[in-house]
Amino acid sequence: MSQDLTIKEQLDQLKNKQVKASDLINESFKKIHENEKHIEAFITLNEEQAKLDAKKLDEQGFDEKYPLFGMPIGIKDNIVTKGLKTTAASQILANFDDPLYDATVVKKLKEAGAINVGKMNMDEFAMGSTTENSSFHVTKNPWNTDYVPGGSSGGSAAAVAAGMVPFALGTDTGGSVRQPAAFCGVVGMKPTYGRVSRFGLIAYASSLDQVGPLTRTVEDNARVLEVISGYDEMDLSSAPVDVPKFTDALTGDVAGLKIAVPKEYFQDGFDEDVKESVKHALKLLEDLGATWEEVSLPHLKYAASAYYIIAASEASSNLARFDGVRYGKRSENANNMLEMYTKSRSEGFGEEVKRRIILGTFAMSSDFYEDYYKKALQVRTLIKQDFENVLSEYDCIIGPTTPSTAYKFGEKSKDPLRMYASDLTTVPVNLAGLPAISVPAGFHNDNNMPIGMQIIGRPFDESTVYRVAHAYEQETGFYKEKPQIGGAKS
Amino acid sequence: MNFETIIGLEVHVELKTKSKVFSPSANVFGDEPNTNVNPIDLGYPGVLPLLNKEAVEYAMRAAMALNMDVATDTYFDRKHYFYPDNPKAYQISQDEDPIGRNGWIDIEVNGKTKRIGINRLHLEEDAGKLFHGEENSLIDYNRQGAPLIEIVSEADIRSPEEAYAYLDKLRKIIQFTGVSDVKMQEGSLRCDANISLRPYGQKEFGTKTELKNLNSFNFVRQGLEFEEKRQEEVLRLGGVIEQETRRFDEKTKETILMRKKGSSDDYRYLLEPDIMPLHIDEEWKERVRASLPELPDARLQRYIEQLGLDEYDATVLTGTKEMSDFFEETIALGADAKQATNWLMGDISGYMNKHDKELPDINITPESLAKMIQLIDEGTLSSKMAKKVVTELIEKGGDPEKIVKEKGLAQISDENQLRDIITEVLNENEQSIIDYKNGKGRALGFLVGQVMKKTKGQANPPMVNKILKEEMDKR
Amino acid sequence: MSKISKEQIKHVAALARLEISEDNLDKYAQEVGTLIELAEELNEVDTTNVKPTTHMLQTKNVMREDEAKKWTTREDILKNAPDHKDGLFRVPSILE
Repeated sequence: MSQDLTIKEQLDQLKNKQVKASDLINESFKKIHENEKHIEAFITLNEEQAKLDAKKLDEQGFDEKYPLFGMPIGIKDNIVTKGLKTTAASQILANFDDPLYDATVVKKLKEAGAINVGKMNMDEFAMGSTTENSSFHVTKNPWNTDYVPGGSSGGSAAAVAAGMVPFALGTDTGGSVRQPAAFCGVVGMKPTYGRVSRFGLIAYASSLDQVGPLTRTVEDNARVLEVISGYDEMDLSSAPVDVPKFTDALTGDVAGLKIAVPKEYFQDGFDEDVKESVKHALKLLEDLGATWEEVSLPHLKYAASAYYIIAASEASSNLARFDGVRYGKRSENANNMLEMYTKSRSEGFGEEVKRRIILGTFAMSSDFYEDYYKKALQVRTLIKQDFENVLSEYDCIIGPTTPSTAYKFGEKSKDPLRMYASDLTTVPVNLAGLPAISVPAGFHNDNNMPIGMQIIGRPFDESTVYRVAHAYEQETGFYKEKPQIGGAKS
Repeated sequence: MNFETIIGLEVHVELKTKSKVFSPSANVFGDEPNTNVNPIDLGYPGVLPLLNKEAVEYAMRAAMALNMDVATDTYFDRKHYFYPDNPKAYQISQDEDPIGRNGWIDIEVNGKTKRIGINRLHLEEDAGKLFHGEENSLIDYNRQGAPLIEIVSEADIRSPEEAYAYLDKLRKIIQFTGVSDVKMQEGSLRCDANISLRPYGQKEFGTKTELKNLNSFNFVRQGLEFEEKRQEEVLRLGGVIEQETRRFDEKTKETILMRKKGSSDDYRYLLEPDIMPLHIDEEWKERVRASLPELPDARLQRYIEQLGLDEYDATVLTGTKEMSDFFEETIALGADAKQATNWLMGDISGYMNKHDKELPDINITPESLAKMIQLIDEGTLSSKMAKKVVTELIEKGGDPEKIVKEKGLAQISDENQLRDIITEVLNENEQSIIDYKNGKGRALGFLVGQVMKKTKGQANPPMVNKILKEEMDKR
Repeated sequence: MSKISKEQIKHVAALARLEISEDNLDKYAQEVGTLIELAEELNEVDTTNVKPTTHMLQTKNVMREDEAKKWTTREDILKNAPDHKDGLFRVPSILE
């Protein structure tokens, strides 16, 4: 089964003519049709086109020039795809059948030979951490369908975990790649801000958003990131920095590396099993020749507040364009221009989106701007400095990706504040613009759900992050475990 | 109580870059609706603004021409408001740190020079065009994203007359920099005016009103004149001026209340995260400064001091960039400055005024004018004949030498040829020679006329006079 | 300033062009109020002389050359429009 193989191994099979691109696509769709009724990871399937694309590749014949030749990929539905409906899981874009252009990441994947099999479910406009905020349907965790897959890239993580696709793209504004990766037991990378073009990513919070790959293994992840990275003339905020071959870093050698472990990640509120897994990982890395020390990130506790002010403010600005004038939903109940705006937006946006727009509008309105928005940007500077201080002495930072494993539907999402507080681990990384990965770190003793460990690196040093993640992954081999869809882990 | 009028003007100038300020769509006026529009202009999901370097440099150039300080560090902000002509529901603009600050221009009113301060100049994007109907409104986004600079004067203007002079001077300077066509009728220059009154001697400004829909310089003046009177009447009757926006009605020449200003104008400025800040170092500033052409005041001075033109002529010639550039090119081709001035101010301007045309609409070029002046200097063309040539050049264009040849307008300056013709004329008019010798001055005129008749007016008049006298003296 | 009134929610909703039913105003006021309370914890932090971080990268002067390029056609863009007429986008007029 190709889902047991890495991208590299599958490429070798293609090269040796053991399989064809069409075989891979057919297998992917077979898996999707088998499991989708349990998981509901997709919003839109691209079956017909994907099969045509595969056929075309087969006619062309395998070519090493294409680093992802024939690889099926799922694209989170807030990344635009030419000629393929893109909704950001919102009713306001439910009829947005053709965005007219491909996001740069999609263009790069296509040029690398990857085949888009469909658009992944998510929290509406990436706002949420369970994928329950999708206006279409709820995605289930493949390890146990009573549990949330995490979010907002829940569809992407679930599809990879369920073996429907070897990899998928997610987006990460405050943890939206890493948290679902942790919950679904896959590898999820949020690259350095600016590493990957945001052109074609439907903006939630522009100064925090990054596209990142979700894969089964670290090696696959590095391979996909190599393809989608780099300065883009369509995104002037992308970084004019060379892209190293991340796969070259996967040597297994971590000897001499200095690891920082923030004590804030081991306080109350963090699940004991989760803490144990990370401690175990540290011991393992120690055995491999790395050293670790406890450090402190003093401003971490303010990260959630700063994040919600900044993200909501930018969101209220970015989501103002959805007005029913040029594309998307226009209310049928509007009798004049003002009603066209308010009714289209009120009918088109879900509750969580509205709540964040209101909060952001409030924080940006002239009476409160200095109090909230500007203050939040200053606190962001201090958080960034905390990380800079630590990373000037250490090669990376390690902690749990999330304070707990995935929870059951309805367990936490009723209390928005508790949800927000759970963002302590992932959110500060976006505020500081750093690269961070979540790798599978075992399973919880009580609920058997996957645990994720987060490795945070210096700006543009994804290589070190991958090196550590890969060494740990190869030692533990958690990636070899697979969920039995609809039931507990096998 | 007498009141002092305080006016401030906000002028928007559209820059004539090839593409828009944040997208590569063509920046053209007058195309079919929604043909110069792409997903960036329409605020599609996922698009990002692509800042146009030329637009930044044009804004810098304009700021320098207006004697402003160009910011070293500047950036863009999002200004939020919902309206169908504003696709992202925010306009990318500049709030607290504009490209230009603290400038001035000198204006002349009633023979006196006055300096008007300019507070700021910033770069932003234009909105689409909305056509209001009874039941529906229609939108053309071609103009969306066209680069605009907003130039805000200090409240230094004290009369509608000064406002007019300020606008006229501003337009002229911007036109000379080459960054805009500054055509009000095409909307590449737009003006809003703020006006308030205060009793003479009072320090604080009174409450101001804002005037909109001022679609020509005259309307600006008329609108301000009306508003000046209206406010004065209100104040005299003990009323209060309310802060409001008023629309100028072109038919009645009155200003009409549009809306009262309230606290509802909350643009929620947000620093634009998608565009990296600008750092304009000295080297960049110098490079742009070097691209700045000579401005109208400097040219005027040079025309008077170096070319010896009188002030009136120099002022007219520097009235528009087109006229001034035409003149410069003509004299650069070797034409005498005085002659070039006379032709431009005389026949050419006369023709344009009569037919309501401008230099680009007519066919004469600096090359053809210079050539024609050369033909006059060489004696090939008489001033009289040149009037026919210049009309031909204006209407149809072409090479003056060819026109002269084809139409047979060349002056006969060949002495032998003239002497033969004159001998013939004298032989035919013996009586006139006698009259001439008897002191009848009219006889000479008659004979010159006969020569001209024979040569169809092409004989060189001074030479005819000279040879006639010589030949008659011989007889 | 931690209590958020229904009026404030109404005002902000109007600015954002969102309609919030009377029944929901209280809920929003409470939720936004709680979030603001959380945000007010930021006041504990001394930010004197701390520069706000607006852009993650330090790059400056990223611009494109002034070249006009066609990307999409009018037909393309009108395809997505909820309403259009004669090549123009159509919206309801300002007044009822």
